[in-house]
Amino acid sequence: MTITLNNRKESFSPQEMSITRIMEEKSFIFKMLIVKLNGTLIPRESWTRTVVRDGDRLDIIHLVSGG
Amino acid sequence: MTVIQNITSHLSVKKAGIAGAGGLGSNVAAALVRSGLGHIVIADYDVVTEANLNRQFFFADQVGRSKVEALRENLLRINSRADVEARFCKVTARNAGSLFGSCDVVIEAFDRADEKKWFAEWMIAHFPAKPLIMGSGMAGYGRPETLRVQRSGNLYICGDQKETDEKLVPLLAPRVIMVAMMQADLALELLLKEKPL
Repeated sequence: MTITLNNRKESFSPQEMSITRIMEEKSFIFKMLIVKLNGTLIPRESWTRTVVRDGDRLDIIHLVSGG
Repeated sequence: MTVIQNITSHLSVKKAGIAGAGGLGSNVAAALVRSGLGHIVIADYDVVTEANLNRQFFFADQVGRSKVEALRENLLRINSRADVEARFCKVTARNAGSLFGSCDVVIEAFDRADEKKWFAEWMIAHFPAKPLIMGSGMAGYGRPETLRVQRSGNLYICGDQKETDEKLVPLLAPRVIMVAMMQADLALELLLKEKPL
């Protein structure tokens, strides 16, 4: 499948993947993350069971202290 | 009307909300008031300390004063006609709607990542159509080219999004102010979007 991850096209061999698997594959290891799938906020407790499919838009934002 | 007059007259009727009056919020507010923004509401519950002066828009004689009151004074010295609503309070789920509901654009300018996350989620849930401009990752010095903007619908994230150890990598004026200026510049982009040429 090919998805838009943080505004860039990314291809993965499986046809669909959970958000958690995509994070593992792309090494998103930080604590404070905001995740939006096709514009909808996905809470942390749903990452494992939320399925990402071909053509989806996934945004993963890392929030860091300091300001 | 000159181009700059056209821009300032368009901005004079707009309102920005700023959540936090520290390194990001104080500098964003100054840039927006200089640009001609008419209305600002800014919320923070902290006081100015000596340690803030290395990057925040305050002065040594303001140490000990509430940040929002000191900032209001500084902003009015730039433009005495600006409408600056200074709210000395912590932003919570109870007051965020009344603080920012009437704003055209909202700037997230908190210090802690958990506050940033809470506020982003609250805004997305309650005001999904309102632009939210966040700051994330600006510690240290050097590598200015790593600062960037990530766009995600009505959510905009300025900074390098890199986690650092705050004891080893302090916050310093150039990168903090650069991120604040990215936030302010994006606010102008959004506020001037429907400006007639």
